[in-house]
Amino acid sequence: MRARRTAVLAGLAACAIALTACSSDSDDGGDGGSTAGSGGGDTITIGIKYDQPGLGFKDGDKYSGFDVDVATYVAKDLGYDADQIEWKEAPSAQRETLLSTGQVDMIFATYSITDERKKTVSFAGPYFVAGQDLLVAEDDSDITGPESLNGKNLCSVSGSTSAQRIKDELASKVNLLEQPGYAECVTALSSGQVDAVTTDDIILAGLAAQPGNQGKVKVVGNPFSTERYGVGIPKDSDQCEAINTSLKKMFDDGSWDTFIKDNTEGTGYTPNADENPPALDDCA
Amino acid sequence: MSDFLSQFGELFASYDVLGAFWVNIQLTFWAGLIALVVGCVLALFRISPVPSLAWVGTAYVTVFRNTPLTIIMVFMTLGVWGQLKIQVSDDFPTNFFWLAVIGLAIYHAAFVCESIRSGVNTVPLGQAEAARAIGLSFLPAARMVILPQAFRGAIAPLGNTLIALIKNSTVAAAAGVATETSTLLKNMIEFNSSLIYAIFLTFAVGYVILVIPVGLLTTTLSRRLAVRR
Repeated sequence: MRARRTAVLAGLAACAIALTACSSDSDDGGDGGSTAGSGGGDTITIGIKYDQPGLGFKDGDKYSGFDVDVATYVAKDLGYDADQIEWKEAPSAQRETLLSTGQVDMIFATYSITDERKKTVSFAGPYFVAGQDLLVAEDDSDITGPESLNGKNLCSVSGSTSAQRIKDELASKVNLLEQPGYAECVTALSSGQVDAVTTDDIILAGLAAQPGNQGKVKVVGNPFSTERYGVGIPKDSDQCEAINTSLKKMFDDGSWDTFIKDNTEGTGYTPNADENPPALDDCA
Repeated sequence: MSDFLSQFGELFASYDVLGAFWVNIQLTFWAGLIALVVGCVLALFRISPVPSLAWVGTAYVTVFRNTPLTIIMVFMTLGVWGQLKIQVSDDFPTNFFWLAVIGLAIYHAAFVCESIRSGVNTVPLGQAEAARAIGLSFLPAARMVILPQAFRGAIAPLGNTLIALIKNSTVAAAAGVATETSTLLKNMIEFNSSLIYAIFLTFAVGYVILVIPVGLLTTTLSRRLAVRR
């Protein structure tokens, strides 16, 4: 009996230690957030997508994509080298929470600037203006834009702005399949069961640039919306001006063009020239 | 406080919350029904004296109980519909609804089978021996003696399986059902991110409301119907 009680106590102690370890961990995170302004030897936590090739993609311990390149560039200007960046996954539904609880300092994750989101977070940028477009099979010449979609099967990601726009504007004419991710949509596209995948053009270009998809799919290149990708920062952040200065520099010194070109290589994709590189918003 | 309550009003006004829960209830109902039938047959296989049938039952349970539900659901769309091009219905949303029902049923049939088998284990061996002694062969013995008692002993585990099924019905999103609750949740966060707490509470409370009566009902039933020995 005595031995068992000791064992239980030891177990409880172990739990307590584990819990304290956890809480001190999150304290560190908070410190990182508050000292983000001063830069120097500290680290910065940046939220990106892990599952969008060409934008934010995690492969083993390597991170690649346009968002990652822009984030690295901006972080450098804020005083953080590439090895001082801690990447953190920022799935669409968690972006506001990650920012407002201080778990990340900035988010570069195809994060469109909207008034609704501005109620809880702030934005710097935009650093890219995407538009909803269509990804079709390489040999498909019938689909040229939203007006040629009658009776076609479409795929998009459930709960996304792109899916909602299709439902609002084309619902009676097309069949929309909603999937958890874009990879599933491309699989359905290559099996021929859906005729087009729809979301922001740069996301589609990133998918088309994947080695497995090259030469099999193409971006139509007729964007029918504007999504202004901003840098998500916490509501009370003082970083907006500094980020905008860095973005301006990135547009001017040609890095922006290089990042786009590197990440969409082989797809013939060019961003909507009327909108890009975008004019920066004023910091609130 | 009234400000917070008005957030719920805003959500219910702009989204069909009840409709989404209704889709999950329908998914649960049909999948539960099919899973109950398939699970019964599997349980019969597993307790049958025919080794090959017993083997089939065991193999089914082992395979599907150990396969993640999401994988089954993704397979239903990308495998069955995408690659094998099998269509259950010509209407697009109906097609994915039934593919999701089948996926859920396949998975939960394994759990139903095991619940019923646990009920069979509550029936004393003497009952089976007595049934045999009066000349009943396997099927009549199972139908008239074993299974009626087994079901009464299996109500609680069957209830647990049903509760799991209610919550698992949200995985139908992976099979392309876009009108159910987890998709609506994502949609709300995409377009109304400032109401995140109200959104979360809506669905948490919604599922509590769905699940608690099932729990209470099965507990009461299993107590009332238990075979007193």
